[in-house]
Amino acid sequence: MSRPLVASFFDRMHAHPFFRKHSRKAVIFVPYVWLLVFFLLPFFIILKISVSEMEVATFLPLLKYRDGIVSLALNVSHYLFIFEDELYSATYLASLKYAAVTTFWCLFIGYPFAYFMARAKATIQPALLMLVMLPFWTSFLLRVYAWKGLLMESGWVSELLIAVHADDLLLHLGLITAPGKFMYTPFSLVLGMVYTYLPFMVLPLYATLSKMDLRLLEAAADLGATPWVGFWKITVPLSKAGIIAGSMLVFIPCIGEYVIPELLGGPSTMMIGRVLWDEFFSNNDWPMASSVAVVVILLIIVPLALFNKYQAEATEARA
Amino acid sequence: MSVRNLLLGSGATRAFARGWLVAGFVFLYLPIVALVIYSFNASLMPVVWGGFSLRWYGELAHDQELLQGLWLSLRIAFYSASGSVVLGTLAAFTLVKYRRFLGRTIFTGMVNAPLVMPEVIIGLSLLLMLVMMQRWLGFPERGLLTIWMGHLLLGLSYATVVVQARLQDLNPELEEAATDLGARPIQVFVLVTLPLILNSLVSAFLLTFTLSLDDVVLSAFLSGPGATTMPLVIFSRARLGMRPDINAAATIIIGVVSVGVVAGSLFIFRAERRRAAEMAAAQRA
Repeated sequence: MSRPLVASFFDRMHAHPFFRKHSRKAVIFVPYVWLLVFFLLPFFIILKISVSEMEVATFLPLLKYRDGIVSLALNVSHYLFIFEDELYSATYLASLKYAAVTTFWCLFIGYPFAYFMARAKATIQPALLMLVMLPFWTSFLLRVYAWKGLLMESGWVSELLIAVHADDLLLHLGLITAPGKFMYTPFSLVLGMVYTYLPFMVLPLYATLSKMDLRLLEAAADLGATPWVGFWKITVPLSKAGIIAGSMLVFIPCIGEYVIPELLGGPSTMMIGRVLWDEFFSNNDWPMASSVAVVVILLIIVPLALFNKYQAEATEARA
Repeated sequence: MSVRNLLLGSGATRAFARGWLVAGFVFLYLPIVALVIYSFNASLMPVVWGGFSLRWYGELAHDQELLQGLWLSLRIAFYSASGSVVLGTLAAFTLVKYRRFLGRTIFTGMVNAPLVMPEVIIGLSLLLMLVMMQRWLGFPERGLLTIWMGHLLLGLSYATVVVQARLQDLNPELEEAATDLGARPIQVFVLVTLPLILNSLVSAFLLTFTLSLDDVVLSAFLSGPGATTMPLVIFSRARLGMRPDINAAATIIIGVVSVGVVAGSLFIFRAERRRAAEMAAAQRA
């Protein structure tokens, strides 16, 4: 289609009174309603199901009408069960712990990584950025699966770790259970999560660090600050938005991670995503699965608000 | 002292920086390299090298389950990427251009949340809603359509981030000039804004396409009988252990995606440079 044709089409379309009046509303309305219906509404539905009576692969309605009386049957037994049963509370705590440990290692590896990237020669920075993004585009499932081969007996990484006697250290720390066996342990689980989420940490950090005004560091140096002091007093505070956004991008999804614990974790590394999965797919217990999900949502609501704030801040800063 | 010296200091610091970057990239790429190498392994044993062979690639051609999954996944990925780009562009436009409207905070929250929300939660809640919908309205059946809805939800957020970044960097004078010259809002959008953000639409499409092609959790919740996507096939096999045929499939997928992404980025990079040159020329004139 040539441009004048397109233009005349839109010209005519726009001349229509409906479009003249409502184009702005229509732009907002479509994605807004989509998200309300397919993102927000479902949360209210699982909230409702979580307090319903259990039936196999279904649930009973909350409101009952009998003999002219409407009765409301709220069933909070699933929540009581979650809080009383030690397996659930231990699993929630373990999920939070693994997510926190993963976030720590991503920040520890990712901050220097993003920093050195942002301070590399300007000509090679696009290539470095591309190299960080590329694994992000290639299948996450397959890359996690690949770690199975690297960590299993006589796998590359497994051999390397044994050669440098890292397994003794890991055994000592309780991260693996037997020397030379790395798979299905807390070690393999955290390694897989750090590996998967590292780019999510590096990218926002790189974005803030590469935008930083370097003259501030020069000024600090002129006033007598050593590079080390300049780094801690200027660079780190200025990259706060990137640190928080990156940490939340790692921490929140890690809490409910399912695929990585399923492929790389073992029976000793139960995480809440797997519990939810099993409640739904193996036990067919919808109300229980919904209750587990509601408690996860309650856990992530504060980090989510934090993420939102800094995500907004980062985008406002660009504008 | 120059800024660069100040930042990376002595030769030792610079060597450390280089070492950290190299180690990081080795960490990121090692599993991919291992996958590709072992896909050519003649042995059935996952980590024992039994000589070079293309045997597993040959077997893929007869793997009906995987091929059917691939075809379904490609269709879903295409639909969900298309939908994500359309909805994502509208959402990005809303966030950048309309600074004030009722419920903007909720809107921003809903756009950002799927980026971090654990997929098991999104999958479960969306499925249960669709089940209720099905009970009342008689549709939709679980399958391609429901998986598409889930992927679209995720893709919408990613597409919005990509398009939003580009919209914010746009020079508003260009759109103002068009308006001053008498263009209506929709003409401004189609004739001025759209060509300027086209690159970001292409990257948003590619990103949401690969996201959909890769998704396990949402698909598992939202799929129905007979609608098994490729990642679901791969995941159910990977759970049981290492299999060389997965390595072969992985190599093909990673190869195609990498070539696509690198080619796409080069194309975008060139187009951007040409546009910058044209702009500079126009400003000189």
